[in-house]
Amino acid sequence: MNLLFDFTVDESTNSILITREFDAELSLVWDAFTKQEILDQWWAPKPLISKTKVMNFEVGGRRFYSMVWPEGQEYWGVEKYTLINPKTNIKLLASFTDKDENINAELPTSEWELNFSEQNARPDDPVGWGITKVSIVVKNKTLADIEMIIQMGFKEGFTMTLNELENLLSTLNK
Amino acid sequence: MRRDIFQAIADPTRRAIIALIALQAMTPNAIAYNFNTTRQAVSKHLRILTECELVKQKQNGREIYYSLEIDKMKEIDKWLEQYRKIWENRFNQLDNLLSTIKKNKK
Repeated sequence: MNLLFDFTVDESTNSILITREFDAELSLVWDAFTKQEILDQWWAPKPLISKTKVMNFEVGGRRFYSMVWPEGQEYWGVEKYTLINPKTNIKLLASFTDKDENINAELPTSEWELNFSEQNARPDDPVGWGITKVSIVVKNKTLADIEMIIQMGFKEGFTMTLNELENLLSTLNK
Repeated sequence: MRRDIFQAIADPTRRAIIALIALQAMTPNAIAYNFNTTRQAVSKHLRILTECELVKQKQNGREIYYSLEIDKMKEIDKWLEQYRKIWENRFNQLDNLLSTIKKNKK
């Protein structure tokens, strides 16, 4: 199945735009983004582990979580929910924090908007799985903030690149 | 002084200058002619772009021609590509998880 994945940076609005389709019904995808026990299973790129410490999914509520390296090093962050329309959209403010949830003012806070929509729901199919499209806009104050966020992401991305290299090498060795 | 590469592309005029000199090397006068702005303003933008090493200068007689450092622009792409990868992997993990959940429900 060919699922859409679109990733672009809009320099005029200092935003990162990410769109992805999933082969699952809306309510399941919504749960995957909003229930900590599911979220923690996929949010952290391997080999990192996502650990949600506190999560109240409601307007004014927050998710305080960490990304943990296998070696034990942790990166903390908080997402504060500013708008929730069930199975439709979420707005939140994402910041980097320390382990005591103090926001790191040197790192950018970004404004996230997540939109969910179901396409091709299959009412004739007894299971009825549709395709769910999730569009994410990560809005920053400046483009330099985007660079900083990417740098934070780098700490994760670099490891993944190494893992991929390892996989590639093992394939080549066969 | 070395500046931040993202600062260079944060300004719409600078992005337009980049687009313009990507096609051919140009003098500041020729660049200013393409915009509704002064040569001084263009020179200021060119100075920032030069400090970011996004453009290079070449003296030709009395004129200085500015052209784009393609490799430096590719650096920006590489950054974004890394970030794109993170999201791609994250979503692949979610794909696997969703299909497991679906199987368990059936």
